[in-house]
Amino acid sequence: MKRVMKEFTGGSAFLSILAVIASLVVGGILIALSSPEVQSTATYLTARPSDFFQALWNSVFGAYDAMFRGAIFNYKAQDTLQMIKPITETLAYATPITMSGLGLAVAFRSGLFNIGATGQIIFGAMFAGWVGIYVDLPWYVHFPLAVLAGVLGGGLFGALVGFLKATTGANEVIVTIMFNYIAVLLLGYLLKTPILQAPGAVNPISPPVKDSAKYVFFLGDQFRLHGGVFAMIIAVVFTWWLLNRSTLGFRFRALGHNPNAAKVAGINIGLTYILVMGISGALSGLAGTSQILGSEQVLTLGVAASYGFDAITVALLGRSNPWGVLVAGLLFGGLRAGAVTMQANQGVPVDIVLVVQSLIVLFIAAPPLVRAIFRVKVSKEVAA
Amino acid sequence: MKLELRGITKRFGAMVANDNVNLVAQPGEIHCLLGENGAGKSTLMNVLYGLYQADGGEILIDDKVVKFSGPGDAMAAGIGMVHQHFMLIPVFTVAENVMLGHEPTKFGGILDMAAARAKVREVSAKFGFEIDPDAIVGELPVGVQQRVEIIKALIGNAEVLIFDEPTAVLTPQETDELMAIMKQLREAGTAIVFITHKLREVQEVADKITVLRLGKVVGEADPKSTANELASMMVGRAVDLDVEKAPATPGKPTFKVEGLSAWSHSGAKVLDDINFEIHEGEILVIAGVQGNGQTELTEAIIGMHGKTAGSIQLDGRELIGKNVKQVLDLGVGFVPEDRTEDGLVAEFTIAENLMLDRSDRKPFAKGLNINLAYLKKFALEKLNQFDVRAQGIESKAAQLSGGNQQKVVLARELSRELRLFVASQPTRGLDVGSIEFVHEQIVATRDSGIPVLIVATELDEATQLGDRIAVMYKGKIVGIVPSNTPRATLGQMMAGISA
Amino acid sequence: MKQSKRTPIALLVMALVGLWLFISAPSGVTMINISTDSDIFKLPDFALNVALICGLAVAVQIAGLLVSGYLVLAKNHKTPRWVVIMFAVALVAEILIGLFAGKTMTFTSLLQGSLALAVPLIFGSLAGVLSERVGVVNIAIEGQLLAGAFVSALVTSLSHNLLAGLIGAMIAGALVAWVLAVFAIKYVVDQIIVGVVLNVLVVGLTNFIFSTLMVSNLPLYDQPDRYSNILIPVLGQIPVLGPVLFNQTLIVYLMYIAVGVVYFVLFKTRWGLRVRAVGEYPKAADTVGINVFRTRYISVMIGGALAGLGGSFFTLGQVGAFGKEMTNGAGYIALAALIFGRWNPIYAAFAALLFGFAENLQYGLAIIGSSVPSEFLLMLPYALTVVAVAGLVGKVTGPAASGKAYIKS
Repeated sequence: MKRVMKEFTGGSAFLSILAVIASLVVGGILIALSSPEVQSTATYLTARPSDFFQALWNSVFGAYDAMFRGAIFNYKAQDTLQMIKPITETLAYATPITMSGLGLAVAFRSGLFNIGATGQIIFGAMFAGWVGIYVDLPWYVHFPLAVLAGVLGGGLFGALVGFLKATTGANEVIVTIMFNYIAVLLLGYLLKTPILQAPGAVNPISPPVKDSAKYVFFLGDQFRLHGGVFAMIIAVVFTWWLLNRSTLGFRFRALGHNPNAAKVAGINIGLTYILVMGISGALSGLAGTSQILGSEQVLTLGVAASYGFDAITVALLGRSNPWGVLVAGLLFGGLRAGAVTMQANQGVPVDIVLVVQSLIVLFIAAPPLVRAIFRVKVSKEVAA
Repeated sequence: MKLELRGITKRFGAMVANDNVNLVAQPGEIHCLLGENGAGKSTLMNVLYGLYQADGGEILIDDKVVKFSGPGDAMAAGIGMVHQHFMLIPVFTVAENVMLGHEPTKFGGILDMAAARAKVREVSAKFGFEIDPDAIVGELPVGVQQRVEIIKALIGNAEVLIFDEPTAVLTPQETDELMAIMKQLREAGTAIVFITHKLREVQEVADKITVLRLGKVVGEADPKSTANELASMMVGRAVDLDVEKAPATPGKPTFKVEGLSAWSHSGAKVLDDINFEIHEGEILVIAGVQGNGQTELTEAIIGMHGKTAGSIQLDGRELIGKNVKQVLDLGVGFVPEDRTEDGLVAEFTIAENLMLDRSDRKPFAKGLNINLAYLKKFALEKLNQFDVRAQGIESKAAQLSGGNQQKVVLARELSRELRLFVASQPTRGLDVGSIEFVHEQIVATRDSGIPVLIVATELDEATQLGDRIAVMYKGKIVGIVPSNTPRATLGQMMAGISA
Repeated sequence: MKQSKRTPIALLVMALVGLWLFISAPSGVTMINISTDSDIFKLPDFALNVALICGLAVAVQIAGLLVSGYLVLAKNHKTPRWVVIMFAVALVAEILIGLFAGKTMTFTSLLQGSLALAVPLIFGSLAGVLSERVGVVNIAIEGQLLAGAFVSALVTSLSHNLLAGLIGAMIAGALVAWVLAVFAIKYVVDQIIVGVVLNVLVVGLTNFIFSTLMVSNLPLYDQPDRYSNILIPVLGQIPVLGPVLFNQTLIVYLMYIAVGVVYFVLFKTRWGLRVRAVGEYPKAADTVGINVFRTRYISVMIGGALAGLGGSFFTLGQVGAFGKEMTNGAGYIALAALIFGRWNPIYAAFAALLFGFAENLQYGLAIIGSSVPSEFLLMLPYALTVVAVAGLVGKVTGPAASGKAYIKS
């Protein structure tokens, strides 16, 4: 584990970029293979190769062009507003992914492998959702209270893992995996009971949260981007401060690098486990609030979407460095936003994002593989 | 079978671990390979055993060049190895461990356990070992585990046997028995390569001595050389092995341990009614073979051991029931036995390591923030004071040599307001220069009027450093004796026979 | 030796649950139906008095608690395994009888359904055993199952050959395992990361190909034949157990064989000894000339092949077509079974059966219209696994070197 963390934090940004490129290339190959035009022109490849290459270019370029137009800037749109809408979509997707990724980064840097982001997002959303739906207060109390509840919900669920590890030595990887499923099932149950289910609803769905508890939609209602994006920036700065400037973060890192030495130096390991997992879960809880008080506004089984997994990849891609996590979060937000347009315009299933995303992580985790692909010479420094 | 290493060179990155090394082991001869920690002895043997591939040179058996691509080849060629860290699987039985790699099987690859047991019994009988082939290895005493390791090395009819620092974990008696086994093997015509840095053992059994320093052979030594001659050759300058210290002037007994017992996680009693006291300005050495409760004793003192009973008092205050932080705050300095595992965070800078135990308080903390300016000033000061050789305070601890790492640990632990200093095997694995520095610091700490507790596993260190020596065996203190007690007596005590 | 008080405390908590169930249990009787058409002789349905059975069960639990408490506290002994087992059986019986109070429990079909759900779990946990015993943590069981399900559907649809489908599934599972092994062994990437990521990669790939290829022509690409049940004469006609165990598809019979063979190979053969040595202390294995890397590759890939085989049960044994993400977390439950079964193939198989039973119970309860929320039954495997890794019921330790890459210097 220690070695891996070093791999992730010690590698160069250059290799990360190469990893992203390699993954996009593989994604492009898949897109090309699945294109009917490419398949049909391939049958007479030797007779008229130009057709084949034309089709190849069209399918791959078309797909990535659509992705660009869906994620960054839509130069084909009618008006300026529509042109810049994609970048706001990217930010909207990036918000929960980054928040949760920061949470995992805190855990990874402290030597704890938290893969429980899904469950922690769900707990955050449940707590924030309940306050947002059922409490009646003026917005300046209601909104902060709802966010706080979400942060607390995720934090407590995370801290429970830390508590189990501290008291019984239970492996946090297994516990968080199991807790993800328990959280999903618990949410499913609560959405079938009056505790969270909307009155009269047949489906597992909650009533909408009240306006007084929502994040501000500062660009207007036609945009999905909301005030959570500012919370995200605050979270990045907080995490950076925590890990690099605070004494608490110093103890977190000491625990992460060498728990034995931390223990001998008088650091309370058990308490630190609980704090690490609490803060880690709280950041995922914040991501839950962004979902329930911002993007979704009703609680459903899909409230955590695939953000729990995205958060893992973002934390790894960002090498558990808060600013790196932000960049990675924006990248994956862009992939998500772009994939929607790609599917709509080019008929390429959004699932391609999962493939690209997982490849990025695999490549990043194995620098020698990326070097081999791009035939990058190993510098002296890396070798030593 | 004659074994020859010719011009072996092995590099790790820029470091040359073995530089053109030559060595010949003849049948019926014990050849000692002597050198300081880090001189390249183990690297050389790992090359010979096929674990490492040499960058240059060749291995010859009976004057024919051989090539080992793995330990399997070396074993097939008749080379066996008794490893410093036993290569035994704790959850396996003796028979399973011994047969691993060349298992007797019935049809279809089914293990023939009966044959394996018989083989273990056969070899045990030859050397007078009494070993149950069905015992679980992890449950056996260390000395017995080493015999299993020896059986394992011999079972393939090895004609060359390598012993890599085999006595580190043995009592003096067990060491004597091992020497006898080595001599017995020599009479049977086995060629033995004996790797060690303990001069006394070399003098006892060596037929030939090759001295290695910084990866190079510096020459062969006469087996009749004195200890100081051998040491000088090993270190490359004249060395005086004695610790210089004035007689102790003990003050009040401020540190008292009374009726201390402790239990392991599994419930076994690891400390049994320990009683002793240390006076101000006195060094008490806890001597004994590793694994007789010394680790648990230091853990109990600093509050890391879970299940304890009895009393530990410092300046009249009870330490039992306090956590590590509270104990350290009472003025306890602690140097753990494994500095890379327990003493330092390898990935942290020197500066960060220096504040590991006090990051939460002034002047290192400023509110919730780290006081970076103070930390820098403090670290620079300590770097100078303790003569830590590093590029700067931002160097990672992992980049330092063992000696410099230990200086960082000492700098941290001695820079608190101390009322007690505890150090566990403070010179383990260090070069002679660093050992001298560490000893000076310990004596200086004593002379400043602080009670000092040192855990030592090597008798020489115990007798030279200690003002009094307490010998531990199986979790008990066998006796507390003056430091001029004869070695033989101390050796007997280490085997549990009270003086 | 001081014994840990965890077991009696855990038993106390569970006994309180049992007592509460007893107090709140409805009165009446539960009908038990245990006969099927193929039985040699028919056993009649019988009725059990709920209050009586629950009362008896609670009595057994309290007795178990007292024995455990007495032994640990007064005698400083361990709680014997059989006491814990008796306790668990009593509690499970109490829950079952209580749940079906006033209704008929068709015991045989309940078991049949449980076994069906357990088959992929058992194959998956065997994959985990082979992988973790050799020192590679296998979080990618889910991906191996899914790949097996996908490829078996595709290959069988195209070739109309069931055996080809099975072989394809094994190759697919082994391929996923190979990727896991390459990253874990050669590139020394953290095994948990690789596992988690591989699962998503397989989901992405299968979803992608399903959406782009399969959907375009379902009859051609996704309409595999299915294995039909083979009734084993005599054995299959034994009441209760016969129809459950011996009227099954080829894949299930392969599963029985696989459990036995994996156990035998792992603990009785040379290869198994070496696998376990590599998983406990790779360097020790290396120093006696065992090729650590090759052993790891082979064991992990055989495991993957078994998981792929288990995956084919989803398509060729049950549903008869591939569906997106159809394994639905079975791989993680298999992982849970593996841990709960303490890295032992036979224990893991029984743990998987237990989890299959818990999962199947919701269908049994749905039929009788029970109001017990199915979510809590589905939570059982996960909750039990947390309990197991938290060491509340005995100590669980895996192979010492599991999860650690072997770096040859």
